[in-house]
Amino acid sequence: MTLAKFILRRVGVMLLTALCLTFIVFFLTNLYPNLEKLAKTQGNFRMSDEEVASYLGRNGYLQPLPVKYGQWLGVLPGWTQEGEDGTLRGRCIDQDTPAADAPRFCGILQGDWGYSTVFRAEVSGIIGEKLGLTGRLMLWVMLLMVPSALILGVMAGMREGSRTDRTLSTFAITTTATPEYVSGVLFIAIFASSAVGLKWFKGTATSAMGNPSFENFFLPVLTIALYGMGYIARMTRASMAEVMTAQYIRTARLKGVSFPNIVLKHALRNALIAPFTVIMLQFPWLLNGVVIVETLFNYKGFGWTLVQAASNNDIELLLAVSVVSVIVVLVTQLISDIGYVYLNPRISVT
Amino acid sequence: MDLLSWGEIILRILAQFTPVWIALIATFALSITFKRRLGLYGKLFDSPIGMVGFGLVMFWVFTGILGGGFDMITTHDVLDQSASMKNKVPGTPYTKMMGEAAEGAYPYYLLGGDNLGRDVFSRMVVGAWEVIKIAPFASLFAFMVGITLGLPAGYYGGRLDTFLSFLANLILAFPVILLFYLLVTPEIVLTGIPVYMAAVLFIFPIVFLVLLWNSRFHTQPKTRNIYVGLTLVIGLWLYSGIAWNADPLGLIGFPPNLLVVFVAVVFVNSPTVFRIVRGLTMDIKTRDYVAAAQTRGEGPWYIMLWEILPNVRGPLLVDFCLRIGYTTILLGTLGFFGLGLSPESPDWGSTINEGRKLLSLYLHPALPPALALLSLVLGLNLLADGLREESLRD
Repeated sequence: MTLAKFILRRVGVMLLTALCLTFIVFFLTNLYPNLEKLAKTQGNFRMSDEEVASYLGRNGYLQPLPVKYGQWLGVLPGWTQEGEDGTLRGRCIDQDTPAADAPRFCGILQGDWGYSTVFRAEVSGIIGEKLGLTGRLMLWVMLLMVPSALILGVMAGMREGSRTDRTLSTFAITTTATPEYVSGVLFIAIFASSAVGLKWFKGTATSAMGNPSFENFFLPVLTIALYGMGYIARMTRASMAEVMTAQYIRTARLKGVSFPNIVLKHALRNALIAPFTVIMLQFPWLLNGVVIVETLFNYKGFGWTLVQAASNNDIELLLAVSVVSVIVVLVTQLISDIGYVYLNPRISVT
Repeated sequence: MDLLSWGEIILRILAQFTPVWIALIATFALSITFKRRLGLYGKLFDSPIGMVGFGLVMFWVFTGILGGGFDMITTHDVLDQSASMKNKVPGTPYTKMMGEAAEGAYPYYLLGGDNLGRDVFSRMVVGAWEVIKIAPFASLFAFMVGITLGLPAGYYGGRLDTFLSFLANLILAFPVILLFYLLVTPEIVLTGIPVYMAAVLFIFPIVFLVLLWNSRFHTQPKTRNIYVGLTLVIGLWLYSGIAWNADPLGLIGFPPNLLVVFVAVVFVNSPTVFRIVRGLTMDIKTRDYVAAAQTRGEGPWYIMLWEILPNVRGPLLVDFCLRIGYTTILLGTLGFFGLGLSPESPDWGSTINEGRKLLSLYLHPALPPALALLSLVLGLNLLADGLREESLRD
């Protein structure tokens, strides 16, 4: 099997996964109690059961589930309905597109991600903006996490069982045992609270959305980076320790190559194959960290949006969020698989 | 009465934990005395890291059981509010705004009061109980599901493997928090979906045990009937009580909001266990002793459960410890987002979430549960590390 065929197959599986996943999300968000909650948050909380039903009927929520899903995908024509005053209302009709020039299909296949009921805006716009904010956060997390984790792991694995190894390994275990909501709270308590008085950093990152600075952005970045760091460092350590016992390293030592040279020129490249896949597979976990940290530091990015969409049952926003996150997860898996093959010639895609 | 100094607070807290110290010392003394006869568990006491981890874990286990289960360590009721104790610093003497404090009530709030005037120390202690009640069992159930599906997937391969792996990857592709937000809401509880999920997930332990006994004893029908019969009677009784809340004897029930938390945690953990078991099985099934068993004419389930499974117990045991830790983190996440458990619940996640809102002014409500969670998960990770080291040694 060639690489192209492998990738094609994986993309196929990916699409199937994304379809199944969005259908599950669609199913769960369209359960009647959830729709009732949606109607009440959109209308008012004292709506009677009949009012709820009529609101849902008017907005096309009471059609059969596969039909609604097809409309969202864009393979079925969007619903239309004649209102009491004679105007035509429908899924594809809004203020900007009157009924006359509204397209028949308006799903994600047509590039229409729908309308967010919480933010009262187009989903695509919200997702784009929030992804930008979170992308910046992730970029700094990666820049902090990956190099420090690799250095930590290589230093620990260089001489297995040494005191440096013990200390660094204990540190790595501690960071993996500290979820973001614990480390974040500890950091805010120590560095941002007026009760301790250090006040080096800001306890919220809301202002970092406009103009990020070291003061308001460092704590969230550190909080996310720390949890993933320990895991990558431990993988690097294991891989490094294994490489250091290999025959060719012993040969190099016997030839009299200096220790720094052995580590940098002989061991490092082979030792970094395993951590590469681990780093890629960390993305789904980082996504969780992002949700927690953005909530904790009130940074209104992608994770914060997920929480808002989920707690208000904002169906179309939530679906877009799940599509994006599942693509992130699956694409990183694919990259990790291909990268592994590319880095390690002994393994083939078959 | 005056405010306690930090020295006095620490001494009083240590004294409050007396039952835990006694239990810990007894455990360690017994285990170290008989460590040569206790197998892998005994070997744990040869590794300093393992001992530290085990100590931390057992500290919280005893704290949870004695404090939450038997009410021995707590100083005040976890839901008892006192308006004059709101946000009071650690060591403040206990007073009530209205009326006198009850006779014999503990005279201090050792770790201060939270924003509703509840005792932070007692809530932390009972928070351990909330974790101990759920995390080990949820991990155990996740293991049963993962093993029952992972063994055949790895052993047979083919279509079954493709299908099950696809399902597992599907669940793993969900961001955990999204899944929690979709599953652990009062609206979903109303639809009854958690009950159906529980009905599916909780059948696996029974299936597992029945297969286990049947494959071992199917040549001795008498013994087999006893084991399988007992499993079915007890298992189905528990099953009807826990999953359907329809125990014919009315003894066992499961509060619906606890059930949904439990189901969600098992659901999130099982695919990972499945993948681990599947990978290990694929590795082990090429070994000679498996070929020998096949030649002897043993059935596939016998080979999976009695030849392969015992030989992967080392990595599984290590992962089990890590998984309890991960489950603890997940439970904390649920509490942190206010999902599932009642808002008054003293679990660590909820208390951290409440405490963080006042963090710029008061540290004491948020820090104790945060440090407690940290130390328990750290203990589990160290324990796993010790176990890994010791099981690799033989």
